[in-house]
Amino acid sequence: MTSVMPLRPPRGPEHRPGRKPAAADRAAGARRGSGGPEPGRRSWWGAVFAGPHSVGLAIFTLLPIVASLVVSFMSWPMVGERSWVGLGNYSDLFSDPVFRTVILNTVGFVVLYVPLNLMISLGLAAWLTPRIRHRHVFRVLFFIPTVTPIVANVVVWRMLYEPGGLIDATLDSTVGVQAPNFLVDENWAMLAIVAMSVWQGFGYNMLLFSAALDAVPENLVEAAQLDGANAWQTFWRVKFPAISPTIFFGTMMTLITSFQVFAQPFLLTKGGPGTSTETLVQYIYNTGFQVQQLGLASAGAWVLFVIILGVTAVQFLGQKRWVHYE
Amino acid sequence: MSSLQTTSRPRQAVGYALLVAIALVFLAPLVYMVATSLKPAAETFSSPPTLWGSEIRWQNYADVFSYLPFQRFVLNGVLVAVVGTLINVTVAVLSGYAFSRLRWRGRNLVFALFLATLMIPQDVLVIPMYVMMQEFGWVDSFQALIIPWAFTAFGAFLCRQFFLTVPRELDDAARMDGAGVVRTFLGVMLPLARPTLAVLAVFTFIAYWNSFLWPLIVVNDVNAHATVPLGLQQFFGQQGSQWHLVMAASVISMLPTVVILLLLQRHLVRGIVTSGLGGR
Repeated sequence: MTSVMPLRPPRGPEHRPGRKPAAADRAAGARRGSGGPEPGRRSWWGAVFAGPHSVGLAIFTLLPIVASLVVSFMSWPMVGERSWVGLGNYSDLFSDPVFRTVILNTVGFVVLYVPLNLMISLGLAAWLTPRIRHRHVFRVLFFIPTVTPIVANVVVWRMLYEPGGLIDATLDSTVGVQAPNFLVDENWAMLAIVAMSVWQGFGYNMLLFSAALDAVPENLVEAAQLDGANAWQTFWRVKFPAISPTIFFGTMMTLITSFQVFAQPFLLTKGGPGTSTETLVQYIYNTGFQVQQLGLASAGAWVLFVIILGVTAVQFLGQKRWVHYE
Repeated sequence: MSSLQTTSRPRQAVGYALLVAIALVFLAPLVYMVATSLKPAAETFSSPPTLWGSEIRWQNYADVFSYLPFQRFVLNGVLVAVVGTLINVTVAVLSGYAFSRLRWRGRNLVFALFLATLMIPQDVLVIPMYVMMQEFGWVDSFQALIIPWAFTAFGAFLCRQFFLTVPRELDDAARMDGAGVVRTFLGVMLPLARPTLAVLAVFTFIAYWNSFLWPLIVVNDVNAHATVPLGLQQFFGQQGSQWHLVMAASVISMLPTVVILLLLQRHLVRGIVTSGLGGR
């Protein structure tokens, strides 16, 4: 669940690194790419080969997405009478102060997490040039928490944050200061969740950016250096524009997944103190499986879906300003 | 080249030392996890923090298995991940082939639908999926853990994209030899696709292994059907204060993924780089 939602198909060799990942573009590529439609007759074989996957996807993705829209217009308790309520669930949601809080919390998380993730991953990717000794060791190290189970990562960080845990004990024994009780302190809880999430998540973008930087043509970089550009200028004027499509892709992915943050607050703080770290997916989970109102939960899920679609659309519209495709 | 000349040796050394320091801080949680998992209970919270306790207690790992049926969770996790991965890879290589090498009516439309499903966050599907599991009578079963996520569209793209890079001459040669569609696919294409399928398999396996929200929703009888993350969460709920055991359980849950990463790092890195697979 956490990450079978991969999004970009690989590029064929005919594509330059950092090509636009837009869906329409991919579909178009299917028609004129190196493969292209092959010679030979049309036959039933295509339907036979694509059949199992298509049927499975129809039953387990297309059907549920349509069903969830329908369910969101119904009162659908886990047990008991179901009835049509039209937009009732949506008006209930928006008049629920907790729902407004969880939206703000989720947005707060995204606003803190995404820039931090991108800055750290881009910074390290730029640092880990091929000249760095053992760079592949560093790359793999930073990547480890992205493949280990989130639940395990979170449990470990619970212990770091506990009073007397690694952070508190280190501060206490070195500077003699008591660390705040991060997870129950309203001022710290969200920051603690963000810090843990950044630790666990940035390795993926770092790897993506690092590989894109490797593919920047050497002659571009050398030309800039001959013109007297220093490392900083070379990075921002040459390398960054060259890898901007990859950064765009990484930003999109990170945004989409960060709106769905669940396990970290669920296991670190249970959404507390109060509801100060409860996120949208946790609200959907609680509404659906604790309060057992599946209709209301579906409406919440659709609000999340629309937010994600909206953010994605804004990203695509805004990309012209800073993403350079050759 | 010029930055090598302009950056002095000492500066490079300082930079490298800083990088190593960052990596050590980054690894501290994992090191702390392993260290704590081997400490006696009474020494888990010590100030100043220590790496080793008065003894190395391997017994903690045995205790994990006696408090909860953790071996059951591991077996369940392997079962769910292996079967799910087999299904996913099988249907994906077939459809990927159909989308790249075969001509058939409706291909572009079906492909566009596949593309569209990649936009849908799985959290949105979870509620109706649960209702569906109720209708099927699958709540609290292995098939509920496996089947709903075995048909995600991504594998089809990965395989399609790979098949597009295979020279057309190979098909033609096979056809000249009188091979039909099935024999061309099985005899020529499938062997070529093995590295791509390996990357897909590893990522699908890891995604199943790590999955948490869905098992949390659909599993009622934890002792019978929980996979590792759900088992770990339960364990944490029961043994929350027994940090040495919780950390040992965390190590166990991480181990397969870390081993896979270390063994296959080159292939995985290439897979991520070319596909954008595995984002979190």
